[in-house]
Amino acid sequence: MPSDSKSIDPGSDAAVPVPAESPAGSLPGGRPVSVLTPKPSEPNMSANISESASGKVPDAESPANPRPGSGNRRVLTMGKPLRLGELAIEKSIQGVAFVSLLFITLIFIFIFKEAIPLFGSGINKAESHATVEASETYGEDAAAPSKPEAPELAQKASHFTPAELGGKTWQPVSLDPKFGLLPLFLGSLKVTLIALLIAGPMGIFAALYTSNFAPMWAREGMKPVIEILAGFPSVVIGFFALVIMASVLQNLFGFEYRLNAFVGGVAMALAVVPIIYTVSEDALAAVPKVMTEASLALGATKWETALFVILPSATPGIFAALILGFGRAFGETMIVLMATGNAALFTPHIFEPVRTLSATIGAEMAEVVFGDIHYRVLFFVGALLFIISFGLNATAEFFVRTRLMKRFKGA
Amino acid sequence: MMRAKNLLGKAVVTFTGACAFVAVAAVVWIMGTIVWGGHRSITWAFLTQAPSNGMTEGGIFPAIVGTFMLVLIMSLVGVPVGTITAVYLSEYVDRQSKVAQIIRFAVNTLAGIPAIVFGLFGLGFFVNFTGKGMDHLFSPTGTLHWAQPNILWASLTLALLTLPVVIVSVEEAIKTVPRDLREASLALGVTKWQTIWRVVLPNSMGGILTGAILAVSRGAGEVAPILFTGAAYFLPHLPKSVSDQFMELGYHLYIMTTQSTDVEKTLPIQYATTLVLLMLTFALNFSAIFMRYRLRKRRVFA
Repeated sequence: MPSDSKSIDPGSDAAVPVPAESPAGSLPGGRPVSVLTPKPSEPNMSANISESASGKVPDAESPANPRPGSGNRRVLTMGKPLRLGELAIEKSIQGVAFVSLLFITLIFIFIFKEAIPLFGSGINKAESHATVEASETYGEDAAAPSKPEAPELAQKASHFTPAELGGKTWQPVSLDPKFGLLPLFLGSLKVTLIALLIAGPMGIFAALYTSNFAPMWAREGMKPVIEILAGFPSVVIGFFALVIMASVLQNLFGFEYRLNAFVGGVAMALAVVPIIYTVSEDALAAVPKVMTEASLALGATKWETALFVILPSATPGIFAALILGFGRAFGETMIVLMATGNAALFTPHIFEPVRTLSATIGAEMAEVVFGDIHYRVLFFVGALLFIISFGLNATAEFFVRTRLMKRFKGA
Repeated sequence: MMRAKNLLGKAVVTFTGACAFVAVAAVVWIMGTIVWGGHRSITWAFLTQAPSNGMTEGGIFPAIVGTFMLVLIMSLVGVPVGTITAVYLSEYVDRQSKVAQIIRFAVNTLAGIPAIVFGLFGLGFFVNFTGKGMDHLFSPTGTLHWAQPNILWASLTLALLTLPVVIVSVEEAIKTVPRDLREASLALGVTKWQTIWRVVLPNSMGGILTGAILAVSRGAGEVAPILFTGAAYFLPHLPKSVSDQFMELGYHLYIMTTQSTDVEKTLPIQYATTLVLLMLTFALNFSAIFMRYRLRKRRVFA
């Protein structure tokens, strides 16, 4: 309620005109008030915002108080001791409201902080050079004194360079560990695309059905059911995929490995359908009635209108739905952890086991040594997921907010 | 011509209807299988006993208690913070202002971060940073007390994860409070905070409750964030303080299906655990949907 902040603080002018106006103003909200506010508020409002931002509220407020009539002053003096409390409350509320911002920043910092040492810190490289030499001359045991204890660990650290992250082998726990992220990335992509190929059309057409064709009872029945699907814990979907769906699909398609990218993708589709459905439905419902009516008035049938008028106008929203679905599937952990077989293979086949980025973190984080290369690589994977989901969400929001709304406003 | 068109129309309706039907059928299939597979194993003993015999027999009592404690601490932290944020966003700042937009952006971003990243953050920030700091402060002897996964850190991680759920729900509810009520209160000379406390919040209680329920249901089902912030494979006793580890239903299910010593033998337990977890979230979601439905109805007729 934007204009609130204006009408309340100088408690005086709220007291005089509003009672006269409010009976006229029915629920749709703020009509009479907006008639009342614009003129004074335009200069006032901006002042108010900058005040509350710079924390100058009390100083700016108290000189403003005596201005209104004496009748109001009584109210104000009565309220005076409260004003300080009021300010304290406002400030603490403001403080708490910034918690989410604070934690976004902290998440950003802490995920990246743990991953950064992987890249080009001088210490890391120098150390690794030293140990490379050490390991090379190890047989002659000339350099052994420099790293007498745990040569194995030193060796582990020695081989790492950031370029290695682009490798095709993920083998973090071995004498010669390899941290190639490509198979994991490919795995995530495979599962996500399979999920989208299934859930995308399904969610969009289901939304089209419930918003345009479905009889009342079907609409009322389907929406909550799909909402319930959204409420399924991912571990339950993972369990279902692992125990039941994998066998069913194996019998159906006859693939060799029971758990593979395809099973994971189908299971993931179950998790993604509700998102795509809900967002598409919102987009379809937001198409102005005028457009539908115009189309119908021109003699188009209901399904033609739905398919050629409503659906195209809602494309930005539907695109946003697909992006959000992609983001969800890319970051989802438990389903892929349970249903994809978790073998980091670098193959294009969809019927072979895969290991995704998220599942790798889930499976390996509990067993790594705090602070070593593997630990940092896993945080780097987390940072990747963070960036990707962040980018996808921003894109989706951009599509909904600018494209969709502009289109409808222009219409 | 006309007939072909009609046929095509029928095909379109049937096809889209089939898509919707498949989605619904999937829900029924999952629910049906799990209820069918699990209903026989759910006995009083199953719900009130600890796992025994190397987790191949017995019940899930500690996991139920752990889940309950987890979501309790989570809501004690998350619901107030979320509610206050929503109040700030809808009562104190202009919707278009920079501050509001920045906070809203933060909330949206928070809602889009994958659960596993929250888990990493919980490990990096709560366990390894905050926990270590607290150990430095409170126990100079160097004993590890807070700098290890426990129920507090897991709850805080989940509270962060579910914060957007609460904020969105409460904001929606605050919007339904008619402007007249606020103005009537302000016109009586009541201060802004008093108006919020006595008028706005009581009138959006339904939304706050809905938000809390949705958050709990989300939190109870998320496993990824607690994988390394506090959930334990097996504990012989219930958690006694917030610095203990805990067992949790979802994590228990994950462990039982993927790392159990005898997956075949424990299948009934897995089904039953799934059923309990599903019933829990189902009941929570159902009540939230119901309350939101009532809330929306009020907005129309108020």
